[in-house]
Amino acid sequence: MIEIRNLTKVYEARGEKHTALDDINLTVRDGEIFGIIGASGAGKSTLVRCINLLERPTSGSVIVDGVDVTGFKGRQLHDLREDIGMIFQNFSLFQQRTVAQNVTYPLEIAGMGKRERVARAAELLEMVGLADKAKRYPSELSGGQQQRVAIARALANEPSIMLCDEATSALDSLTTLQILDLLRSINESLGVTMVVITHALSVAEQICDSVAVIEAGRIVEQGSTVEVFAHPSSAVTQQLLQHRTVSSTITEVVTERCVITEAIDSETATDRKVG
Amino acid sequence: MELFGGFFEQYGQLLAQATWDTLIMVVVSCVFAYVIGLPIGVGFAVTAPGGLHPIRWLNMVLGWVINIGRSIPFIILLVAIIPFTRLMMGTALGVQGAIVPLVVSAAPFVARIVEQSLAEVDPSLVEAAESFGSSNWQIVYKVMLKESLPSLVRGVAITFVNLFGYAAMAGTVGAGGLGDLAIRYGYQRWNEEVMIAAVVVCVIVVQVFQSSGDLIARKIDRRRA
Repeated sequence: MIEIRNLTKVYEARGEKHTALDDINLTVRDGEIFGIIGASGAGKSTLVRCINLLERPTSGSVIVDGVDVTGFKGRQLHDLREDIGMIFQNFSLFQQRTVAQNVTYPLEIAGMGKRERVARAAELLEMVGLADKAKRYPSELSGGQQQRVAIARALANEPSIMLCDEATSALDSLTTLQILDLLRSINESLGVTMVVITHALSVAEQICDSVAVIEAGRIVEQGSTVEVFAHPSSAVTQQLLQHRTVSSTITEVVTERCVITEAIDSETATDRKVG
Repeated sequence: MELFGGFFEQYGQLLAQATWDTLIMVVVSCVFAYVIGLPIGVGFAVTAPGGLHPIRWLNMVLGWVINIGRSIPFIILLVAIIPFTRLMMGTALGVQGAIVPLVVSAAPFVARIVEQSLAEVDPSLVEAAESFGSSNWQIVYKVMLKESLPSLVRGVAITFVNLFGYAAMAGTVGAGGLGDLAIRYGYQRWNEEVMIAAVVVCVIVVQVFQSSGDLIARKIDRRRA
């Protein structure tokens, strides 16, 4: 369980204070997928980084499984981070390491022996369906494949928590669906608690059990996904929901176009053969 | 052909010795310049504001050292540190005498280009490494140095070519090598053939090193398929 209590983050630049997070309170239950929804600049990335202390809260506390971790340093911080996997919008794979070496990175940091690391990486790549790409480099993979590698890497140390920072924002709609499916199945089979940051309501709708909506550093609404989507109480959520209707229409149009283009392509190909 | 044969019979030995001396000077001073410059460059990058472990005063001190080192023209440094060179090597002459000023002048340059290479590393990779519980030291050698390896190799090639030019200058004050040869035979004795031969060897050596540097950098760069 992750509890965030009265968390505030203030940035100071050239004497000017900017409150990025303002008195945030939320609870993520064990084994659930928790969505944090908001527009860009609302503070959701900062919030998720407070959980593994990539960002240090100005005040308030982060409590993981009943332990206040806010002040963790050194060994304790290392152990905390070993238990919290993270994936990123632009995958953040090490470009000079092969796919397998990317997956073994957290294991190296955890001090696992080489033979064990290699075996574990093979297992993880099998799980995300990329066993055949172990010796490739990230630049040789598609975006969806790269995010799968990142997921395998995040799961390497068998964490109980996984943080997903706009994990599907750089992917097309079909790949987004596949990645969300994978996350959902990992959540179900391994029981990993997930915190998903997104600006897309459709993402939250597809995989989140509960959601919190954040605007200008404050939580404006939270509850179960069904509840929030059926009866949005805040203006922001209502706006986002309207926006979603438009974007799903766009998705439909795009999908139709794809079908048509494919049809044309295959016809052209046939024509060429005939010609 | 006859002409060439005669030339090499007369000067071949001299030219080979000069080339060898220059290569020794450049390679040895390049190695020591990295031994000193690489840690300084890493320290400078890591302690920078917004870096992995910002330390304001240390960063400023390192910045000053690097800039002062780089702002002294080599020919002046060469003469100015003669007492230090004698202390280190027992002589300020010959190949040995040239290595000390070459290292002193190249180390700050190395520090600067190492820092530039590390600055190119995508900060999101550093963040990812942090999220897996890496220590700062692990981030330096497992992520920053590894990710910037192609750029670091290009830096070595640039340093080498720079040192090669400096080594020729050191020749003017009795360091031996190709610069010395060009001055003594070419300039002072008006022996154009020797001078041209020395220049041709210089061009070939620089080309060979620069191209191999580029080739290696391209070979180990995995950023594009």
